Amino acid sequence: MTQAPAIFGLLATTRYLPRLRLERAEVFNQHRWMAPGLKGLAKGRRALAHWDEDTVTMAVEAARQLGAAETADAVAALTLVSTSLPFAERSNAGIAAAALGLPAGAALRDGGASARAGLSELAAALRQQGQGLAGDSLVVAAERRTPRPASALELIAGDGAAGARVGRGAAIATFVAHRSVHADFVDHFRESGHAHDYGWEERWVRDEAYLKLVAGTIKACLADAGVAAADVAHFALPAPLPRVNEAVARKLGLPPTALVSTEHESAGDLGSAQPLAMLDIALRAAAPGALVLVAAFGSGCDALLLRRTEVPCPSPVPGAGKPETSYLKLLSFTGQIDLEWGMRAEMDNKTALTAAWRDHARAARFEGGRCSACGTVQFPKSGVCVNPECRAQGTQAPLSLADAQARVMSHTTDFLAYTPHPPFQFGHVDFDNGARVLMEFADADAGELAVGLPLRMVYRIKDFDRQRGFRRYFWKATPVRRETN
Amino acid sequence: MASGIRDKVAILGMGCSRFGERWDAGADELMLEAFNEAKADAGIDLKQIEAAWLGVCLEENNVGKTAGPLAAALRLPRIAATRVENACATGTEALRGAAYAVAAGAYDIVLALGVEKLKDTGYGGLPVRTRGVANDLWLPNSTAPGAFAQLASAYAAKHRVDPKDLKRAMAHVSVKSHDNGALNLKAHLRNRITEDDVLKAPTIAAPLGLYDCCGVSDGAACAILTTPEIARALQPGRELVTIKALELSVSNGEEAGFRQWDGAGIQTAREAAARAYAGAGIGDPRRQIGMAEVHDCFSVTETVLMEDLGFSAPGRAIHDVLDGCFDRDGALPVQPDGGLKCFGHPIGASGLRMVYEIWLQLQGRAGERQLKKPFDLGLTHNLGGHPHQNVCAVAIVGRQGA
Repeated sequence: MTQAPAIFGLLATTRYLPRLRLERAEVFNQHRWMAPGLKGLAKGRRALAHWDEDTVTMAVEAARQLGAAETADAVAALTLVSTSLPFAERSNAGIAAAALGLPAGAALRDGGASARAGLSELAAALRQQGQGLAGDSLVVAAERRTPRPASALELIAGDGAAGARVGRGAAIATFVAHRSVHADFVDHFRESGHAHDYGWEERWVRDEAYLKLVAGTIKACLADAGVAAADVAHFALPAPLPRVNEAVARKLGLPPTALVSTEHESAGDLGSAQPLAMLDIALRAAAPGALVLVAAFGSGCDALLLRRTEVPCPSPVPGAGKPETSYLKLLSFTGQIDLEWGMRAEMDNKTALTAAWRDHARAARFEGGRCSACGTVQFPKSGVCVNPECRAQGTQAPLSLADAQARVMSHTTDFLAYTPHPPFQFGHVDFDNGARVLMEFADADAGELAVGLPLRMVYRIKDFDRQRGFRRYFWKATPVRRETN
Repeated sequence: MASGIRDKVAILGMGCSRFGERWDAGADELMLEAFNEAKADAGIDLKQIEAAWLGVCLEENNVGKTAGPLAAALRLPRIAATRVENACATGTEALRGAAYAVAAGAYDIVLALGVEKLKDTGYGGLPVRTRGVANDLWLPNSTAPGAFAQLASAYAAKHRVDPKDLKRAMAHVSVKSHDNGALNLKAHLRNRITEDDVLKAPTIAAPLGLYDCCGVSDGAACAILTTPEIARALQPGRELVTIKALELSVSNGEEAGFRQWDGAGIQTAREAAARAYAGAGIGDPRRQIGMAEVHDCFSVTETVLMEDLGFSAPGRAIHDVLDGCFDRDGALPVQPDGGLKCFGHPIGASGLRMVYEIWLQLQGRAGERQLKKPFDLGLTHNLGGHPHQNVCAVAIVGRQGA
């Protein structure tokens, strides 16, 4: 097989879905008494971020699937898009970049404020053709919204992330055309500091936004490219309204077979990440040379036309996840219900910001040390080597354990410790490279932990400081399963 | 060349408060209760005490910092007093400070007192706490049962034993402690339980259930120490009981961060015990030690300690426990007073409470739980921290000349 020529374009796309998939029927069962009309939406499952996942951690996982950590030096820019970022002031992309170990000079940006923002940023990265950048651009979008209980959005939305890597190399798709239209068309809104959306009548949104504004933007994009609608092989349009993408396709003359699945039944609408998630689905299904159109509405519209190459899509796809039947978990994880956690939950998790910065790579990048005298890998990195036969001082070179393989050395499932999702699972973890660390386990099932079980590392929220509005992150060990998550 | 502490320090008197949920008493009352017993036992006056060591672990929860609370509670005549802390091994730390001061010839008569008032937190178990600003950034917020439960999975994996057999041995350990505690008027938990109770109890941190965990108690214990010569002069009719060894071993991060430790035992216990046996001239602990009070914070801890302290051969602890070797009428009784499990665990007091039991047993004053078989040497093992990062103190106390 000959190597693909290095051309500028999309190098990879990916989706990350949290492992929990909440059964919509269980959500509907709780609302049936007052909102029987939700029944039509109560099919399948929606992806549910665990208590220790937010848009930053999900974006980190998506970026890792794009190879951001292995080839960190080749990443020149990271844009993190979301309407549900954890911090209003503190670069959210900066948290992710630190976890990924991106170069200090990488250009970072937080973007968001509309459901099309992920696509707008991707289109911008493609149009810039890498100008002024000494490497690849990552555009990652993530969403973890908190729709009001019993709202339609609660059933429509899902949590997750999607992203794309843009640069010169073995491109999986190349740029054909792009159109962007801004319009202060307020179909729904969420004021800063408010948890819930407020939205207007769906029929109006369909008729005036999708069938006019969106359709018009797509038409202009196809005209720019000189492409007939019938020649589009894959049409990806997030459709938070039922069947609105079908109506747009019909109006434009796009083939019905071109419609890309919204994965409503298995994941839900990922907000600003949804256009990138659907693009990922489309590109995996597309034949070499096929035209792929992705569009998104939100305070205007973006339409992006790409052409698929013969290069295989490199990143993994989400697994089936784990069915979840407790609607109260959604309410509790999102802070919409305040359960009695007992006095152990009162512990003050104030973070000493000086200490956090002093050893920032320790928590952010899971950075330990490798002794240059004896080769022992240890965490944390320390002044004196932990190997009793060595004890050399000042010999430890930084070494990240974030992407290292490990196994369970010992474990417990602790019902006494406070955690937002009892029981608390933790234990000693032995890394294949020799390091040993006492760690929390993430996403481990009851009875799953066993001595010797293979583990990989994931970046998660460690503690919340609700008193001051802060959260700290660290890496946790999760069982390696055949499926991705 | 250092010559150790063997037979250089004698116990003049000891006291121990009733342990338990002492809703009636604060730290001051507990300290006074233990001290009054020790003072009467020693037959001395408060003014004869020249220096004091106060052991208290979680001062944030009870007495506050410094040794001032001890001085105030007993109205010590403005003598030297020092507060010490080494996690759950704090009680032995107070004893060490006091004993070495006598051995050094600095003082004639000193007091070591440990106290903990835990039941003012409002919830069960030990208080939640920070692990230091830098550690909090990455260390799991583990509980004590969660940390010690790790021993069970690693032990079962190392020795390829069925976790159910290990759990049965752990149950036997707890049943034994309840049997012994039932005979102890000062014990926190005095009910008898069955193996079935242990196996069916709710899980705290797998595989530890409720009955695998020791009591969280209020209490105080103390020792008045002096030289053998002064003891003999003050108490001519009493047999001398002296300290044979007082050793301490502290984890240096190897267990937590280096791949030598197998997680199936307490490394520091092995090192402290080896030094203590050498200091006391003990070559065969299983035969030469007549009774032991070990740090049975959890049933699994006591089980693995039987190997760490040389009472059981490697991999044999389960068998020896189930065979009753460590029962009150066994070859080597362990926790005849009920242990941390049932006497209770007021942290700062525990190390001294362990020595208190040997002191009573050697003199035949242990009442209903008095051991049938006379002995010369007793061992205490006091552990602070978690299996992978801890301090272990081992003390050997016995008859003069043994």
